[in-house]
Amino acid sequence: MSDTASVSLALREKAERRRSRLLTLPAVLVITIFGILPLLVIVAFSFMSPGAYGGVEPPFTLEAYVSFLFSRDIFDDTLTFTPDYVLIYLRSLTFALGTTFVCLLLGFPTAYFMVTRPVESRKWWLLLVTIPFWSNLLIRTYAIMFIIRDEGLINNTLIGMGLINQPIVMLYTNFSIVLGLFYSFLPFMVLPLYSSLEKLDFRLVEAGYDLYATRSRVLWRIIVPMAKPGIVAGCLLVFIPTIGAYVTPLILGGGTHLMVGDLIAQQFGSSRNWPLGAAQAIILMAGVLVALFFYVRTTSEAKLHG
Amino acid sequence: MAKDRSTDMRYQPGFGPLAMICLAVLYAPILVLVAFAFNANASVAQWTGFSTKWFATALFNESFHAAALNTMLISVSATIIATMAATAAALGTTRVKAWRGQTAAFMTINLPLMVPEIITAVSALSFFALLGQVFNINLGIGNLILAHSVFCIPFAYMPIRARLEDMDFTLDQAAADLYATPWMTFRRVTLPLLMPGIASGIALAFIVSFDDFTITQLVAGPGQTTLPIYIWTQVRRPITPELNAMCTILLSISILFISLSVLIGQKRR
Repeated sequence: MSDTASVSLALREKAERRRSRLLTLPAVLVITIFGILPLLVIVAFSFMSPGAYGGVEPPFTLEAYVSFLFSRDIFDDTLTFTPDYVLIYLRSLTFALGTTFVCLLLGFPTAYFMVTRPVESRKWWLLLVTIPFWSNLLIRTYAIMFIIRDEGLINNTLIGMGLINQPIVMLYTNFSIVLGLFYSFLPFMVLPLYSSLEKLDFRLVEAGYDLYATRSRVLWRIIVPMAKPGIVAGCLLVFIPTIGAYVTPLILGGGTHLMVGDLIAQQFGSSRNWPLGAAQAIILMAGVLVALFFYVRTTSEAKLHG
Repeated sequence: MAKDRSTDMRYQPGFGPLAMICLAVLYAPILVLVAFAFNANASVAQWTGFSTKWFATALFNESFHAAALNTMLISVSATIIATMAATAAALGTTRVKAWRGQTAAFMTINLPLMVPEIITAVSALSFFALLGQVFNINLGIGNLILAHSVFCIPFAYMPIRARLEDMDFTLDQAAADLYATPWMTFRRVTLPLLMPGIASGIALAFIVSFDDFTITQLVAGPGQTTLPIYIWTQVRRPITPELNAMCTILLSISILFISLSVLIGQKRR
């Protein structure tokens, strides 16, 4: 190859790289300015003082983080450890882990059932799970509320059949929140499991049976390990929106069974303590980053050993 | 392949019934909600007979109209911005010569999917409050359009990128061999082939914007009521069948767009 040819090739590659950069720029700019910059704004807000009518004011202070853990005596300024907020975080964590576990427990058989259907009918099963995945969360949550209310279909039917005299109170309890979370985020578990199980090579299952493995042994030693990427991705996709859930506890918790999402929204709304809300949001984000860190570590380990 | 062999090998006891339970849990509440939108009685507790009158009431409700107009303005604008930015970004990051910062750009585009919605919502609220107070910039409903565009971009980006990855680039080369200019090649070859991905991206971006409640609720100013926000104000009141009718209308629109996106996606194979 002559020098001029290689120079012109290098120039063309440079031009192509430049074009790629320019094409990507608008999307990156929109997300940076209106997505990432706002995250930095709440970091800054968390170190400021609350304004009288919402918003923030100088001076800079650590008060928001202090009041996350302690309550300050208004007379002598002494700090007392108050675990109220921490307890709400622990509740949310428990709900999120519990929901993730139940979603996995029921979502795995569902996804497995779907991939073992005949190829032609599989896309219809997939559509059945895809529709709730994309449907309006508020309306789906209202639908749950609609049937578990005191005068909802379940209680009315049970009373009509004479099984109970008083309605069973299900709405505005921990039960209704966990049910709502499970129902809301189950498709987020099934879809990644489905795409993982779809790639499962059933010759390995056959090999297992040829070697006299039982059904449960084939399941636990062959199918489940092969589906691990889907399991990890599904757990993450359920865990992140459940720990920050806002709509579900808002409608099914009735304002009495708070989760972190509502707690944060409350600081920006009726409580008018934006710095505290910002600090609470950052603490939640830190938790999510820990989950993402484990995800990246698990997936990169899988690549190393895979 | 294994699919020709006995289906028995794939069988796991109890998995079928568990799958049916999951699907029942997913669909029963929605079906009950839709059924009671057709209840003749004003009470939402007892079924008395079939009627479509609540749909008429809902469609003649002026607050519902105003909310629908706001929703359309926001969703259509956000979908246009997001799809254009996502198409360009997909072209700039898929099957191109690797460039410095490409991984960072890819992570940035996907970032909105990793942040819990409530955090996106309060940070957008804080950001626009800061713009208003310190710089005296108030974009009105533009605030909502921009906030929606951010989380619509990754949803539009995914199917477009997937389509580009599957595409046959020999056709582009053939066009170039026939002396088509790069722009002609893009306009007459690449873009038509990419169209199903873009259409799928448009549908997904529209759904996530159309259905958004959390971010809109925190960022929306007075008079910027969208359909989900309007539904929420009605959920807090004594429930009427009209509310169920409105929910049914919204669900139908979502399901229409989801099915469109899925059908377009399947066609390419």
